[in-house]
This record gives sequence, structure tokens and C-alpha cells, in this order.
Amino acid sequence: MNEMNEVRKPPVATTGIIGWLRLNLFFNWTNSLITLFVIYCLYQFIPWILDWTIFSADFKYNYLGEQITNQEMCSRNLDPENGGACWAVIYVRFYQFIYGFYPKVEVWRVNVAYVMLALALLPLLYAKLPYRKYFLYFTYIFPVIAYFLLNGGLGFTEVSTNKWGGLLVTLVLGCTGIALAFPIGIMLALGRRSKLPVISMMCTLFIEFIRGVPLITLLFFGMVMLPLFLPEGIDMDGLVRVLVAVTLFQSAYMAEVIRGGLQAIPPGQYEAAKSLGMSYWRMNLLIILPQAIRISIPPIVNTSIGLFKDTTLVIIVGILDLLGIGRGTLADTNWLGLSYEIYFFVSLVFFIFTFGMSRYSLYLEKKLKTGINMGAD
Amino acid sequence: MRSNIGFFSDEKFRSIFFQTLVVGLFALGLFFVISTTSYNLEKRNIATGWSFLNNPAGFDISFSPFLEFKSTDTHLKVYFVGVLNTLLVSVTGCIAATLLGFILGIVRLSSNWLLSRLVYIYVEFSRNVPLLLQIILWYSILIQLPRVKQSLQILDVFYISNRGLYSPRPIFESGFSYVLIAIVLALISSFLINRWAKKRQDTTGQQFPIFSSSIGLIFVIPLILFFILGSPMSFEHPEMKGFNFKGGLVIRPEFIAMFLALSIYTAAFISEIVRAGIMSVSKGQREASAAIGLKQTWIMRLIIIPQALRVIVPPLTSQYLNLTKNSSLGIAVGYADLVHGFGGISLNQTGQAIECMAIVMATYLSISLTISFFMNIYNRSIQFKEK
Repeated sequence: MNEMNEVRKPPVATTGIIGWLRLNLFFNWTNSLITLFVIYCLYQFIPWILDWTIFSADFKYNYLGEQITNQEMCSRNLDPENGGACWAVIYVRFYQFIYGFYPKVEVWRVNVAYVMLALALLPLLYAKLPYRKYFLYFTYIFPVIAYFLLNGGLGFTEVSTNKWGGLLVTLVLGCTGIALAFPIGIMLALGRRSKLPVISMMCTLFIEFIRGVPLITLLFFGMVMLPLFLPEGIDMDGLVRVLVAVTLFQSAYMAEVIRGGLQAIPPGQYEAAKSLGMSYWRMNLLIILPQAIRISIPPIVNTSIGLFKDTTLVIIVGILDLLGIGRGTLADTNWLGLSYEIYFFVSLVFFIFTFGMSRYSLYLEKKLKTGINMGAD
Repeated sequence: MRSNIGFFSDEKFRSIFFQTLVVGLFALGLFFVISTTSYNLEKRNIATGWSFLNNPAGFDISFSPFLEFKSTDTHLKVYFVGVLNTLLVSVTGCIAATLLGFILGIVRLSSNWLLSRLVYIYVEFSRNVPLLLQIILWYSILIQLPRVKQSLQILDVFYISNRGLYSPRPIFESGFSYVLIAIVLALISSFLINRWAKKRQDTTGQQFPIFSSSIGLIFVIPLILFFILGSPMSFEHPEMKGFNFKGGLVIRPEFIAMFLALSIYTAAFISEIVRAGIMSVSKGQREASAAIGLKQTWIMRLIIIPQALRVIVPPLTSQYLNLTKNSSLGIAVGYADLVHGFGGISLNQTGQAIECMAIVMATYLSISLTISFFMNIYNRSIQFKEK
């Protein structure tokens, strides 16, 4: 009797690790062949890349134990058979990669600005932050503080923007572009959906024009044409001119994303707000926009990732961002020929930022799908 | 009633008032910009007008596969060379990105865990690294290839070096036009046969070997004609003369770098679009088609892909637009496209920034609009047709 009632376990080959392997890697013979082939390729590739990037690489000293100061001292140039990557170039030029040519005595200001940026982003990224309201006040005044801190004024010595560079410029362009484009994008999106034909037409033309041309032409516009449009005496800084172009570009994309959010708001919301006697601006500010922006946060993050990557284009008009510093280092005879190391490092920095942002956007999408508390905060 | 409301609260009045205000401010701003600009131009001695287009350019363009370009040619010709180069890299990039993207999108959904992870890693890396960096990286790899003297040989006809890819150039002799005509006729007739076969299958259920008959028409018949006419085509092989190759067809590293970077970068986005499109087709469709006994490949071709295309095509269009606009990054590696040739060198030589930029922007706008127009037509043709 007991033997009959005993529960029989499923076959070994369908459960646990073996079952998983069979189902996902060795389902049939073609599948198994592919798996073996991929494993063989990885077996060839992974040890090689690990060896090049880590085990045979120089970080500060070459294999003779000397501190590396130029490319001739790199192990891979002394001993091409065994030498790996020469990360010493990053080590030596690290300051430039992070701060550009910012004066060393004033660099604490950049560091403070980096920390403050992290603090300012915190309440935007994490909705359950304790005392979020007070953090948000800080976020609103942060741009003003950062301007004086980085640029000078209010007792700080002035540091001209042509001394800025590297990650500093990349972050300034990315963050300012996104922050300025957000309100402009909202206005453009509202304008495009406006019932007033002239305003809607002008906004539509602006958005479609910007979206139809490449960013590089707008950067050229900012660099060569903008000075011609302005009266004499107004001499715009190079970084500001680029920022104007980047902001115009980003605001058109932001407008389209927010318009998508506006279109998703059911007409009942508009009607209810109007029946309460709300004016156009009160209705949009209090009822429509909070809901529309909330649902368009994931695509907003996605266009922001795009902008963050596109900031590299400024090197074409001569602004030295992270990639620009990398190219500058390569042009230095001391570090000639280390392009793989430098591009690897710059890619890695960009990858960390953009991959982090895209993960965050996925997390938001999941949260929005499950959370029914629309408009709760 | 109406008289009780202040006239400023009247919706009609307010609408007209604000629109007039906006138009007025806009006109004022425009007037201000135009007057300061003309003052600035005069002061800096910058010429205006379009006559510079007919002036000789005075510089050389290294890559101009369609038009012969000399430094005595006009700026207008620089523009046409630029447009053709932009279109060349955009069209070839779009085709390669679509093919690669579709393959990767399907592989990403493969039941082989290792393979789909591998594609996932590829997608994340190429999506999250700036395109400009990728273009520069490819270019730096290509120019580190061996010098011309030690160039790598493939099959003894292709030579790869840091100056690009050299391959034999076909030279068409008289009589080849007949072969071309035969190919065009074959294309038209196979298209007609295709339509007839589809109609017959719809009414009678009988199938016709479309694939093999088309292959026969398009390839075999022109090939036979080619040999009957005594092979009216020869190849000009690249030959080592002094320090460089002479003759043959050369594909410059700038173009190869642009092509590789653009197609690999865009393919990552397309593969995600394709994956989302295929996943949007409900599981029941696959099960139902398996239940009526369709083969796996047929399920994909006849059931899944046509339905997935409805979801895929609109975002695919915007990827094509992005790729075309991104081709303007050629300036970073010296690819003589519209922005580099006309918007860069011509602009610097003539100083006529406003005219040059206006032409460049207008050209990109019209290319974008043309792509959207055709993709919208295609999109309409694959959407559900309600009967």
C-alpha cells in the first residue's frame, strides 16, 4: 500500500540544473552544436581579453617595475609578445579626463559640485526618500549654486569655460541640456496641442524642423551662425553656444515624448477640470501635466540617454568633453598609439552612465505597470 | 448675457488677441535678427547671395565614387558629391542594419540560452556607447591595418591595407547593355509571374515554384546571354605602382568605418524592435499554425513576421531616419559627406555660413521627409485591411 502511494519524482533529466541545461542549451542536436560552438568561441576569446585587460596589463608600472611616463615604457611596446593594455595613460591623465584643465587649486569646487549633483538627483530618482520635499528644494536651487561654484563669482575666482573639460563638460552639457529642455519641451508640447492655430502651427514647425536635421548641423548653427544673429558686444561663450544648440535639439524630442503622455490622458480629465471652472493653465498645471509627465517618465529617460551619448558631438566644434580629452591625449607624442586603451576607458565611462540610466528606466516602467497609484505624488 | 462678460474674458477675442501678440512678437524678433545679421555681415565683409555656388572649390575630395571631382570644380558640385556620399552610406547602412537587426532580433528569441545572452550583451554594449566613439574606434582600427606594401590579400584579388579595400573594377564593354536589359525584363516578368501565381493559389490552391522560376529568370538567362555575347565585361585589377595601388576599385577606410559603425549601432536598436514585434504576436498564432501542420520556417515566414511587421515598421522608420541623420558624423573621420564637404570645407572657404547651413539643413529635411513618405506608404500596405 505504502509503496503505491509514494510520490514518484519527475525524471532527473527534466528538473534542476540538468533539466535547465537540457531545455536551454541541448534541446536538440542543432541546438547542442550551436552551444558547443559558442562555448568554443568564448573559450578562445575570454582568456585573451582578460589577459589583455587585466593579467598582462600595466596599471602604473611596467613589467620591469618602472613607473610609466610615456608610451615607449609600456610593456606592450617593450615586449610586444607578452604585453597587455597600458592603463598607465589613464592613470597619468586621470585628472584631465575628470576635470579637463581646471586649475588644481580650485578643483575642490568641481568635487563639491559632483557631490551636490548626486544629492540633487537623489530625490528625483528615489521617490521614497525621507524628507524628500527638502531635498527637492535643494534640487531647484542646485543649478544656481553650481553655476557660481564652477564658473566663479560670489567670491570665487573665475574659471573660464575653456579650461573645463573631460567628464565635467560631458556632465554639464548632459544635465543642463536635459534640465533646460524639460520646461521648454512641456511648453512646446502644450503649444502643439493648442487650439489656437497659429501657436500650434509654429510649435509643430519648430519641432519637426529640429527633429528633421542632424544635431551636428545645429551645433554648427550655434557655433557659426548664432554670433551673426546677435548684436555687437554680446560675446557668447563657446560652451554656452553649444548648450543653446543642445537644448533646442533636446527640447524638440522632449516635446514629442510629453505630447505622447498628454495624448494618453482621457478627455474626461480635461472635461472634469473645466467643469470645476479651472483656467487653461490651472487645469494643465494641476490636473493634466502631473499625470502626463508621470506616464512619460520612461521615454523621457530614454531620450535623455540619447542626449547624453550625443554630447560627444561637441568635439567636432572643438569643445573638449571626455572623448575630446581622449583624442587630445592620443595626439600627444608621449601617448601615441594607445587608442584602444583610451577608447576602451571612455566607452566604459559612457557605458556605466547610460546603462545605469536604461536600467533605471526599465525599473520605472515595471513600477508604473504594477503601480495603480497614478498621480499619487 | 454676453454683454456682462468683460470682452477680455471672451474666448474668441482672447484667442485672436494672443495669436496676434505671438505673431507680432515673432515678426519683431525676426526683424531684429535680420537687421543685426545684415549689419554683422556687412561689417565682417561676408558676401551674401548664392553666386558662390558657381565659384571653383579649390580643394580635393578623396572619396567620390559617382562623380569625377577635380579641385577646379564648383562648390555646387561639392554639394552634389556630398549628397551622393551621404545617400550612399545611409542606404547601404540601412540595408545592412536591417538584415543584421532582423537576424539578431530572431536569434535573441532563440531557445538557446547562451546564444540569446550573447546577442543581449552585444545589444547593450553597442546601444550604450556613443555612436561617434564607435565610428572613431572603427576608423582607428582600420588605419592600424598593415601598410600598402604588406597589404593582406584575399583570393589574390582583394587587397586590404590602411588605405582601404582595393578590389577589381568591372569594365563594361559594348554589348553589356543587352545583359542589363535582360535582367530588367527578367525582374519585371518574375514580378508578374509572382502576382499571377498568388492569384492562382488564392483561387485554385495550386502552388507554383515561384522561387526557382524567379532565380532562373533573373540569373540563368542573363548569364547565358552574357556568354553568348562573348563575356562583354572585364576586370581592371589593382596593381602596385610605386607606393600605392593604381587602378581597380577602392573603398576608403572612412567609408568602411562609417558603414560598420552605423550599421552595427543601428542594428542593435532594430534587433530590439524586431524582438518586441515578434513577441507582440500572441502565442496562440504560433500554436494554431503548428496545429494545422505548418513547418517551423513557414510559421515564421507566413504567420509571425507579417503580423509582427505591423508593430515593427513605425519604429523602424524612425531608426532609418536616425541612421541618415547620424551619417553626418562622417566629419569626425573625414568622410566627405554633405556636412563635411559642403557644410564644412566650402563653408570655411567662402565664409557664407548662413547660405551653406540653410542648404545643408534643407537637404536633410527633404531626405527625412522622403524616407517618412515612402515608409508611411509601406506601413499602410501592411496594416490590417478590413474587408
